[in-house]
Amino acid sequence: MEPALRPSLDEVWHWLAQVPDPEIPVISLTDLGIIRDVEWRDDTLVVTVTPTYSGCPATTIINLDIETALTEKGLDKVRLERRLSPAWTTDWISAEGREKLKAYGTAPPIDGTAADGILMKRIDRLSGRSNLTIACPRCGSVNTEKISQFGSTPCKASYRCTDCLEPFDYFKCI
Amino acid sequence: MAGAALLEFLLRIGDNTLILGHRVSEWCGHSPALEEDIALANTALDLIGQTQLWLGLAGEVEGKGRSADDLAYLRDGYEFRNILLVERPNGDFGKTLMRQFLFDAWHYLLLKALKGSSDTRIAEIAEKAFKEVSYHLDRSRDLVIRLGDGTAESHRRMQEALDELWPFTGEMFMSDALDAELVGEGIIPAPESLKAGWDEIVAEALTEGTLKKPADGYMHKGGRRGVHTEHLGFILTEMQFLQRAYPGATW
Repeated sequence: MEPALRPSLDEVWHWLAQVPDPEIPVISLTDLGIIRDVEWRDDTLVVTVTPTYSGCPATTIINLDIETALTEKGLDKVRLERRLSPAWTTDWISAEGREKLKAYGTAPPIDGTAADGILMKRIDRLSGRSNLTIACPRCGSVNTEKISQFGSTPCKASYRCTDCLEPFDYFKCI
Repeated sequence: MAGAALLEFLLRIGDNTLILGHRVSEWCGHSPALEEDIALANTALDLIGQTQLWLGLAGEVEGKGRSADDLAYLRDGYEFRNILLVERPNGDFGKTLMRQFLFDAWHYLLLKALKGSSDTRIAEIAEKAFKEVSYHLDRSRDLVIRLGDGTAESHRRMQEALDELWPFTGEMFMSDALDAELVGEGIIPAPESLKAGWDEIVAEALTEGTLKKPADGYMHKGGRRGVHTEHLGFILTEMQFLQRAYPGATW
């Protein structure tokens, strides 16, 4: 593409901000924080993407969605590159993304609680519940309990509100 | 030949995650509770995802154009390098979790050390996988403690699982000339250097779970050099069926 005809990188970021996550369609790929870089290399637009969870089946769909979205905007040379380091963390989910998650019924990750490889403290394990205050996305109560560390998709854990009794998803923090 | 040793190491780690991932996925739809079914499937998925990274790099290092899929689906049993522990049959839920815990504790320490590998490609994969494996270890350890210190029945089953699996744990810490070469280059930690940390994590959980640590006796070995138990053949028969029957099939 001729430099004069190229969309600006800001514009490309704007387009990517409209591509929804295939499994949690209320948030976009940029909300999720997985687009690490966008740049022109000669006449090719290179988009650098970092995977969320290594086994996430949505990864290939995400790549396909990015290519499709950019092709529809008239870009004919798009290349996707994978970047593993620094590894993605739930801390990268945008503030706006967190609000959208909450409205969708998924408790957003709590900042700074991503697994840093330090094993859960004995006291937390023995008490049988998390030391975090995770609010129910439906009624707002903080009287919630963990049902399972894993949930309906690789990025979620299962919780239950002990006030309104609704089960809900909590973003699995890594 | 640094390339040959590196390839061997990548097959060893990638085959461990592949075979354990496949084993754990056998539970899909059969677990005692829905949450556990989902947890096991998620764990398997993480392991398979890590396999794609490890075997993908193995194919790259080998330089013969083989992809992670080619390595997973088109090698025969004697070419697999996983430790014997991960090919043990699932048994009951307790045995599956005990195997997972014994493996997770080691996997966690191995990845932690590999984050500092002098090979940046390895360090990057380890950084990614380490987060997921920390999560796995928290869960498997918690359940080993709960079931060990649970009912008389759950305690009995966990102790049986531990006694049966224990002779398969020694292989994790064995090393050979290939390991020594990579240790010398700062690419991997010495396998035996992980033993003290593993002993500590395991001993703490077993004590809390009122389980008795078996005495170290004869330890089975062979997987790391391609000598497997009969169980691996059955896994491969199922896992590789499609690519063997319909070569090159995609969907």
